[in-house]
Amino acid sequence: MTAEAAPPAVAARPPVRPRTGRGSSLLGRHPMGTAFVTPYVVFIAAVFAFPLVYAAWLSFHDYFFAAPGATVDRPFVGFDNYATVLSDPAVRQAFGNIVVFLVINVPLTFALSLLLAIALNRAIHGRIFFRVSYFVPYVTASVAVVGVWLFLFSSGGLVNQILGPLAPDPSWLVSSTLAMPTIALFVTWKQLGFFILLYLAALQNVPKELYDSASADGANRWQSFRAVTLPGVRPATVLVVLLATITGANLFTEPYLLTGGGGPNGASASPVLIMYQLGIEQGQPDVAAAIGVILVIGVLIISLINRRLVGGGD
Amino acid sequence: MATTTTQTPTVTAAGRGSRLRFPWRMLALLLGAFVFLFPFYYMIIGSLQTEPDPTPAGALPDPGNLTLDNYSDINAQVNLGRTLINSGIFTGGVILGTVVFGALAGYALAQLHFRGRGTVFALALLVQVVPFQLLIIPLYVLITRNYGMADSYLGMILPFAINSTAVIIFRQYFLQLPSEMFDAARIDGASELAIMRWIALPLIRPALLTAVLLTFIGPWNEFLWPFLITKQADLQPLAVALANYISNVSARAANPFGAILAGACVLAAPAVTLFLVFQRRFVTSDIGSGVKG
Repeated sequence: MTAEAAPPAVAARPPVRPRTGRGSSLLGRHPMGTAFVTPYVVFIAAVFAFPLVYAAWLSFHDYFFAAPGATVDRPFVGFDNYATVLSDPAVRQAFGNIVVFLVINVPLTFALSLLLAIALNRAIHGRIFFRVSYFVPYVTASVAVVGVWLFLFSSGGLVNQILGPLAPDPSWLVSSTLAMPTIALFVTWKQLGFFILLYLAALQNVPKELYDSASADGANRWQSFRAVTLPGVRPATVLVVLLATITGANLFTEPYLLTGGGGPNGASASPVLIMYQLGIEQGQPDVAAAIGVILVIGVLIISLINRRLVGGGD
Repeated sequence: MATTTTQTPTVTAAGRGSRLRFPWRMLALLLGAFVFLFPFYYMIIGSLQTEPDPTPAGALPDPGNLTLDNYSDINAQVNLGRTLINSGIFTGGVILGTVVFGALAGYALAQLHFRGRGTVFALALLVQVVPFQLLIIPLYVLITRNYGMADSYLGMILPFAINSTAVIIFRQYFLQLPSEMFDAARIDGASELAIMRWIALPLIRPALLTAVLLTFIGPWNEFLWPFLITKQADLQPLAVALANYISNVSARAANPFGAILAGACVLAAPAVTLFLVFQRRFVTSDIGSGVKG
C-alpha cells in the first residue's frame, strides 16, 4: 500500500460568490478551469472509470486471450463468471484470509498506534527521532522489507533463534495457521507509522479544556481516556478500519513474496493474488474481473458506511 | 494508561506528576523505535555478511564476516544500474505528469469557478478509496492487448500518471492564496495559464516539494503493476527485478539472503534518504490534507 490510499476527506468548501450577468457563462465564471482539469479528468476516465466499466463487461462475458489481431466471439454469459468465482474454494479461502487479516491487523493497529501516539503527544524529548523512526517502514518498498522479514522469520532465522524451544514448527511463513497472521503482522508493522501520525493529528485536535473539565469532575486518567480521548479520535479509528479493509482487499506483494505465492496451500492467498493467478497466469481474465468487481463494490460499501459513521461522530 | 484503573483519586493525582508518567511512556517509545528500526539495521548488517549468520550474535558486526561481495552478486543477477535507471524513468514520468497536470487541476479546483468543479473534486476523493489493484485485470487487458503498451515505459507510467493525493494537496495550498490577487492579475490582462505558472505556482513551492516527495514513493516502491506488464528484464524497475530474484533465482545462490538484503538496501536507500532529508515535508502536510481535507 502506498500513500495513494489516503483517506477520503470532507473539504472546506471555498466561498462561492454568486455573480450574475457579466462573466457567468455556460461553463461558469472561469471557463479556462475546464481546460485545466481536462487532462486529469481524461486520466481518471482512462485509468479508473473505463476500466471499471470494462471490468464489469469482462465479468459478464466469456473472455480469453486470443492472438493479437484475431477476431473472436466473446459471448454474453450472464452471471456464470460470478458463479464460478463464488463456488471456487480458493477464492472463498482468499476472502476468508482477509477476515483473518482484519481480525489481527485492526485491533493491533488501533491499540499500538493509539498507545504510541499518546506517548508521542506528551513526549518532550526526541519527538522528531521517534516520528521519523516510526514512519521509515511506511516509505520503504515492500519488496525491500520483505527481504529482511524473510531472513528474520525463516526457519533458522533470528526470531526463531531467540525463541529457542518456543519457535513454532512448522515455522512462521510455511505454517498454514501462522502464514496469514505473519502477513498481518508485517502489514501492521509497515503501516503503523502512518496511523500513529493519524492519531497524533487527531489527539492534537482534542480540546485541552475537555481534559481539564474531566479532571475537575473527578475523572481518573482511565476515565478521561474513555470519555475524552477515545471519542476525540473516533474519526481516525473509523479510518483504521476502512484503510485496513482496503489493504486486505489489495494484498499482493506480501503473499506473493513472503509466503511464496499465498502458501502453504493457499492459506495466505489474497483476492488480488487469486486475480493474478486466475486472470493472468491461467488466462481467465473474465473470472478474475468478477473478483475485482466484487472487491470494488465491497470497498465502496465499506467506505460509504465509514463516511456515515465519521459524519455521525462529528 | 490502563494501570491507573483501580487507583484512588490521591494516587491518580500523584500519577499526573511527570516523574511517575515518564518511564512507561519513554519505554513504549523506545521499544517502538527499536521494533521499527531494527529490521533496517539488520538489513544492512545482513547485506555485509560473507556467511549469513542468523544467530543473535550475528546481529552485531563481526569484522571477520564482513564483505561487499553480496552487492556484486546481486548486481551480476539483476543489473542494478539498468534497473535503477528504469525505476528512475518510471518514477520521473509519474512525477512529471503529477506536477504538470496535477498542479493545473489543483489550481482550477481551488481558484477557478467552472461548471463541474464539484464533480471533479468528488472524483479525486473517490479514486483514492478505489485502489487500482482491483482494476488490474481490465487495465492489463486494455494496456497490453488493446493499446499495445506491454513492455514500455509509457504503459508502466500510465495508471499512475497523475497522483490524486497530490492533486488534493495542490488544491489545498492554492485555496490558501487570496483570490483577489488573481483577480488583479486578470484585470491586468494576464492569461489564466500565466497567472497559474508565474504567480500561483511560485507561492506554493512547499506544496510542490511535498507533492513530489509523496508522488516519489508510490512508483518507486510499486511492484504489482510493473511486474505485470514488463516481461523484458531490461525494462524492469529494481523492485520487480529484486522480487523476481527473491522468488525464482535465490534458491540456487550461495548466499541468497546476503544478495537479497544487498538488493533491498539499494532499493530502500533512495526513498529512505529522501524521507530523512525532507521528513518535515512528509509529516506535516500529507497526513493532514488526507484526513482533514
